[in-house]
Amino acid sequence: MPRGHHDIGGTTRDAGPIDRAEHQLDDWEIVADAVNQALGARGIKRTDELRRAREQMDSELYRSLSYYERWIASMESILIEKKILTREEIDRKAVEIEKRWGEP
Amino acid sequence: MSEPGRFKPGDRVRVRAEDRPGHIRTPFYIRGKTGWVERVHGEFRNPESLAIGGDGLPKRPLFLVGFHQGEVWEKYAASKDKLFIDIYEHWLDPA
Repeated sequence: MPRGHHDIGGTTRDAGPIDRAEHQLDDWEIVADAVNQALGARGIKRTDELRRAREQMDSELYRSLSYYERWIASMESILIEKKILTREEIDRKAVEIEKRWGEP
Repeated sequence: MSEPGRFKPGDRVRVRAEDRPGHIRTPFYIRGKTGWVERVHGEFRNPESLAIGGDGLPKRPLFLVGFHQGEVWEKYAASKDKLFIDIYEHWLDPA
């Protein structure tokens, strides 16, 4: 079993120095957190399920995504896995939202 | 009232050097290392089961386990630094 792409404590290749700089969250990151909490409150997902989904992702994709992008990807895969939404429904909604948010 | 689990504070324990698929809360770098039980946290649903939609039962005892940093990492400068990690009982053997 190769070591998981998330489990990098002590490695020098994947885990470099920690960036301790403070940074402001973007709106979409706050929304991602809100959706996560709503799914938890409704009993739709568990934290451990999302962690498992992130650990199962394609490793190259996992490394290319930011923290909240990984959250979103794992929420999507759990919603699809539980047959609550389809990939098509999510993608369609994302296009809609992109149009709305893209407007000044 | 007695605390749950087969270990008590002060017991020497070794982390299992296992690897298996699925969601595991025991980090890779600590597997195979020896430390001591610092505290008994209580019993909690098993995250390995919760991660795949299970009910997490039976609950598993969870321990705060201490390690000397110098025994965890190669080339760690001599010091009294310690590392504490939450580890479930089924990942621990007596040492």
